[in-house]
Amino acid sequence: MRSTKWSLFAGFLLTIAFPVIFSIVTRSHWGSMSPSERADRHPLDIALAGVNVAQLAVAVLGVLLISAEYSTGSIRSTFTAVPRRLPVLWAKLLDYAVVSFVLILPAVLASFFASQAILHNVPELQISFTQPGVARSVIGGALYVTLVGIFALAIGAIVRNTAGGIATFAAIFFVLPPLMFTLPTSWNNAISQYLPSEAGRQIFALHHASHTLTPLTGGLIFVAYCAAAIVIAAVLLVRRDV
Amino acid sequence: MIEARNLTKDYGRKRAVDGLSFTVQPGIVTGFLGPNGSGKSTTMRLILGLDAPTRGDVTVNGRHYREHAAPLHEVGALLEARSVHTGRSAYNHLLALAQTHGIPKSRVSEVIDVVGLHEVARKRSGQFSLGMGQRLGIAQALLGDPKTVMLDEPVNGLDPEGIHWVRNLLKGLAAEGRTVFVSSHLMTEMALTADHLIVIGRGKLIADTSVDDFVARASQKVVVVRSPELERLRVELGGPGVTFTDAERGALEVHGLTPEQVGDAAAAVGIALHELSPQQASLEEAFMNLTRDELEFAAELEEAVV
Repeated sequence: MRSTKWSLFAGFLLTIAFPVIFSIVTRSHWGSMSPSERADRHPLDIALAGVNVAQLAVAVLGVLLISAEYSTGSIRSTFTAVPRRLPVLWAKLLDYAVVSFVLILPAVLASFFASQAILHNVPELQISFTQPGVARSVIGGALYVTLVGIFALAIGAIVRNTAGGIATFAAIFFVLPPLMFTLPTSWNNAISQYLPSEAGRQIFALHHASHTLTPLTGGLIFVAYCAAAIVIAAVLLVRRDV
Repeated sequence: MIEARNLTKDYGRKRAVDGLSFTVQPGIVTGFLGPNGSGKSTTMRLILGLDAPTRGDVTVNGRHYREHAAPLHEVGALLEARSVHTGRSAYNHLLALAQTHGIPKSRVSEVIDVVGLHEVARKRSGQFSLGMGQRLGIAQALLGDPKTVMLDEPVNGLDPEGIHWVRNLLKGLAAEGRTVFVSSHLMTEMALTADHLIVIGRGKLIADTSVDDFVARASQKVVVVRSPELERLRVELGGPGVTFTDAERGALEVHGLTPEQVGDAAAAVGIALHELSPQQASLEEAFMNLTRDELEFAAELEEAVV
């Protein structure tokens, strides 16, 4: 699929491009920023700014990997060659997980070191890769994006069409979290941290903010969400008519 | 060999296939006939396990399609030609399928040559004409050198040369001992290609016979006679179950009597006959007679023609 290569390339570039741009902007404006603005800027937020964008690129591609087969009808050929169907799902999941991780990991590492290099004359924003939690956060960014791709692929297999799959993903990841703010604060605090996107984001968070999960707990819960989506996708794949 | 037992498929409240039982034998071309909407494509999807039957069962070479270790070696199928990713070239599409079964690249090139797609094999299949798409589908069906070949309306969109080629291809495959199962609603083409017919209407089996038996059974006895004494002949031949239609050139169509009966009756009273010929119904007429009651989407053609 031609669009596959382009989407992955775009994801790779964006993951690096955004942090680089933010770093440059931050460095040039540092002198004119107020103390509170300065306190708001965290080096890891800048370094991993690309993750938020990459997750969308990776999710769209993940949905497409299955939904395009349904929209073009090639799914019939695929399932005629592989009537047990599940091997196709496992193959796509594994392939996508490996490819996206192998691409995004260098991208986040590059983002980190590039943004640190650009900000070398801003001592407040310097952190070392070997500081506790930093390596975990950076690599966690790559892990998070990979899992998002897997999750989106599973959604694509459940919904079986491109627009619906992307909309479902967007609803879970971009609409649900802000929606929680309409709830009473105590409810919001209790529930929000368990949403897939919020739990997942803890994988690359350096500091443990209030009402969030620890990186490990958040990570495990996000993995559980992905597993559940995969199981549902697998069951429906086998039971439904093509 | 394909064996269907009491195959039934409901889509919601619509029963697309209703208690179909038949066997498709190897070594001959079996035509699968039915009007549009009769359930032919659904039946084929059930055979390939793309849809699950509501009741009943269908096996290919003794087992369910999905239980075969290498399904593409058991059944090669063309269902809808547009089952290809439009961005892929024909070559890559076939290659991907080949790789699921360890089929070598040489075989991919081979089938591409067999169906005559060599010139366009590397172009995006989304740009294929209808005929090219059909040929790709046939190539896909033949890829695994399968024991059973199942084609849904393979001559759709092919020019006469292409139709001729498909006909010979199917006969050749059957002669090699394979099971050949072809669906169509082109009666004349079926008459030239098939040895055996399975006819369905509204999801139900209507006939499961050889082509000759089908035509003989469904056609009415019609004899055309020309004679200088047609009026006397009418009187002689008239009786229960016998009707007459005036044909052109001063001939008479007699319905309900064999040529022998007409000849003998005329001879007994000394009426000279200038023409005495039995009319064998074409496959098209035979088919329309048989499926008249089972037409799913019958247009009000009778009124329209009149």
